Amino acid sequence: MAAIASTEQSGTSVPAPAAGAAARRRSLPVWRWAILLIAAAYFLIPLYAALKFAGFKAFTQVVGYQDFGSAFALSLRLAVIATVLTLVLMVPTTVYVYLRLPRMRRVMEAITILPIVIPPIVLIIGVLKVAPGSLLGTPNLLGLEYVILAMPFAYRSLDAGLRSFDVKTLVEASNSLGAGWPTTLWRVVIPNLRTAMLSATVLTVALVLGEYTMASLDNFQTFPVWIVNFEQNSGPVSVAASLLALFVTWILLMLIVTVGSRSSRRRGFGQVTLFSVGAGGAGHTTVGEPE
Amino acid sequence: MRKSKAIIAVLAAGTAVLAAGCGSSPSGGSSGSGASSVDWSKVTSLTATGKTDMANLIKAAEKEGQLNVITLPSNWANYGTIMTDFSKLYHIHISDAIPEGSSGQEITAVQTEKGQSRAPDVVDVGTPFAVEGATDGLWAPYEVQTWSNIPANAKDANGDWYADYGGYVAIGYDPSKVKVAPTSFASLTNPAYKNMIGLNNSPTTAGAAFAAVYAAALANGGSFSNIEPGIKYFAHLKAIGNFVPTAIGGPTTVQNGTTPILIWWDYLLASEVSPVVKGFKIVIPSDSSYASYYDQAISKTAPDPAAARLWEEYLYSTQGQNLWLQGFARPIELSTLVSSGTVDKTAYDALPPAPSGSLSFPTQQQQAAAENVVTQNWAKEVG
Amino acid sequence: MADSSIQAVAPEAAASGATPGPATKIIRGAIRWSGVLPFAVYVALGLALPTIAIAIGAFKTNAGAATLGNIDTAVHGTYLTGLRTSIELSVVTAIVPGIFGLLIAYAIHTAKRGNVLRRVVITASGVFANFGGVPLALLFIATLSTTGVVTGWIKDIFGGFNIWNHGFTLFNAFGVSFAYMYFQIPLMVLVILPALEGLRPAWREAAENMGAGTWQYWRYVAGPVLFPSFLGCLLLLFGSAFSAYATAEALTGGTVALTPIQIGALLNGNVLAGQENLGYALGLIMVVVIAIVMVGYTILQRRAARWLR
Repeated sequence: MAAIASTEQSGTSVPAPAAGAAARRRSLPVWRWAILLIAAAYFLIPLYAALKFAGFKAFTQVVGYQDFGSAFALSLRLAVIATVLTLVLMVPTTVYVYLRLPRMRRVMEAITILPIVIPPIVLIIGVLKVAPGSLLGTPNLLGLEYVILAMPFAYRSLDAGLRSFDVKTLVEASNSLGAGWPTTLWRVVIPNLRTAMLSATVLTVALVLGEYTMASLDNFQTFPVWIVNFEQNSGPVSVAASLLALFVTWILLMLIVTVGSRSSRRRGFGQVTLFSVGAGGAGHTTVGEPE
Repeated sequence: MRKSKAIIAVLAAGTAVLAAGCGSSPSGGSSGSGASSVDWSKVTSLTATGKTDMANLIKAAEKEGQLNVITLPSNWANYGTIMTDFSKLYHIHISDAIPEGSSGQEITAVQTEKGQSRAPDVVDVGTPFAVEGATDGLWAPYEVQTWSNIPANAKDANGDWYADYGGYVAIGYDPSKVKVAPTSFASLTNPAYKNMIGLNNSPTTAGAAFAAVYAAALANGGSFSNIEPGIKYFAHLKAIGNFVPTAIGGPTTVQNGTTPILIWWDYLLASEVSPVVKGFKIVIPSDSSYASYYDQAISKTAPDPAAARLWEEYLYSTQGQNLWLQGFARPIELSTLVSSGTVDKTAYDALPPAPSGSLSFPTQQQQAAAENVVTQNWAKEVG
Repeated sequence: MADSSIQAVAPEAAASGATPGPATKIIRGAIRWSGVLPFAVYVALGLALPTIAIAIGAFKTNAGAATLGNIDTAVHGTYLTGLRTSIELSVVTAIVPGIFGLLIAYAIHTAKRGNVLRRVVITASGVFANFGGVPLALLFIATLSTTGVVTGWIKDIFGGFNIWNHGFTLFNAFGVSFAYMYFQIPLMVLVILPALEGLRPAWREAAENMGAGTWQYWRYVAGPVLFPSFLGCLLLLFGSAFSAYATAEALTGGTVALTPIQIGALLNGNVLAGQENLGYALGLIMVVVIAIVMVGYTILQRRAARWLR
């Protein structure tokens, strides 16, 4: 519902407000910039301190450092597994629930909130107890569990994506033209979900690259575990590595959002939905054109 | 569903291909293969001649070609060199899983990876874990050729585990930031050390930190069965602002000045902190000398039993023991080495002067009881 | 349109003229629900099953016999303290970052030249929400330890005033809260923004046309609408702080009793051996606490949904 509301807002011409109110609003920005400045200070100063601590040399040492290669490769592998499985599982499910079982959406939201709030440390020890022997010793188990951890972000990304275009009409049109369900899914729905799927992908990758607890209790040296392990070995290199991961993921996300909103603008939509969490399924976090 | 099924199949296949480049290290050889039909996983000690003598062990181990170790950092007690030398000598490839892991993780790995080719062959764990493993039947009893040189109170009667190396709880400090040299636990209460003193980790999680509390107890009127004075000591240290309770105390925090004084194992202060902190000094507290040894054990379900036993023989040979010595750790057979003159003199002299007198260790019951006391009271009193 | 009454388009159902019999209804229902079957199976295996396993393990001794002893230990002594401190810490690090997050979200939501700013803040939130543990601890140590950058700045600006000599420390519950905000605030921004978007500008216009000031707008219009969402997001933050493990451990080294750290020590440490089932008991208690929080969240969601439809 909010999707329509937001697009309405971008298209509707707003009646000119009373002059007094406008003047009040224009002078408002002071507190807004104050808040943003404080926030920027809080978040950026520690990054600067860390950069200073790591020193330039450490950044050049990261890539060749002991075990870095295998740890990073493992994390990438897990990220690929987790992302593929997440998309394969969540895209059809989300679309299906959206179209066929709308009342289930609240249940889906409740279920997909669980992985954010169930302590990963609890989850992994449970998983280690019940996993079948063939999976138990392999990193694939971690990959499978990361799908669970990524679920909240993936579901909400896809859900927001579905609300950003007129799914029902397109699906009906496709059906009435004789396309079956799989064709509709593949050729009508998914192309429109590209940006949402991209967002889900990046959020999943960010999660896998930052997830420490489960990997360390499962005895696998993924990239975040490597960062902690080698902190004793060389603090500066460890810090440099985590800063690198932070910046690279951030830039990646910015690129996706920029490219995504440009292409969606071309198609006539006003905004790109990144990910949505909302009361009753309304509302989504948007970047791109303000409404 | 045809097209979607095809896509999903392709994706799944892709995932499977990725997954196939899997974590199992190349399997060295089947257990029980040897020069003849010796099942090395059942061998409890070498014989002077015959099918289970040293020569055959070497042959069998080289045939297996692989050794799985776990949680051995390369700069911990010189393990890096030990592993390289062993590898070169016997052409056996060593895989070191989770190098910075804990004893608990070693036990878990042995249990959960049973039957896989990447399961640990040998472990190096703290004594509580060696004992727990023995209770759970995880170890294969084995007596190295120099078994009699290991003191009786430092090994399992059955041969399930045996002490390997250890060190003293020591105080390390960076003289460029610490102007007054600390010498004992008592001296650490000097107000000049405000916000300076750190432990390597939490005593409820790490053996070294737990040992530090034990050592502090001994310095303050406690005993092996009474660790409470140690907790009170650290509580006092925190109350006067000297104690920095971070759990990541180590080379990094000494380097950047967060904990210029660090209480840790002497050999780790020497091998991990000294290289990165110029002029770093290490002193064993004069009012308490608490030493603790780690233990070796061979997994009963080791995928490479011959290599595992050869590794133990290597570690307890003069060469192996001296390699540990070069890592600033005190090998368990040190006294024998000294008396027989086979000790590496340079390495021996490089050790921080050790207190005289024989070593005493807490019994299992005393240690278990002390652990519970620390777990219950650490946060309450020191927090 | 999203939640309106357009029923699932099932051509076969529309086409059939006669009333379907009960067997057909069941089969059709089964087919309808089969779409979520893979998801349900995955969640059952990956989420429900491990939780159940922990619940069972909590009631067993090491040898496998049934016992209430673990639960008993888990609610006494240092573990009870741990639970209490965890909950207190989580409440504080839900409310304070919650308010800050709301302010930041509102700031970018109403920003005029909002485009680039919004993009930067939202993507940053997505990334920082996942940043924690030892790297975060190192970040704050580099900033605020006795030799930290900011500590130095304060010393320079205020003529030698060393905050550490005046009671400040990074390594207690306060320090941990301060570090927690680094991922709690971004999380809040991400989850409250959609609710803010649901506040129609039309409402604001209407209120102003009727002479309401900013304060009245918030007090009578936006506030009540936003409040259930806001509380819901706070509950989310609570859960996130409650489960956090690595950051607190790195900064406090066990001197602050927190349940996740205690679980870690029991299951993954170098000191306590053979007490895994106690760890499971603690885990079970955490899940119970979260479940209570979840119920509250769902109730609040339902109330907010009425307004944001």
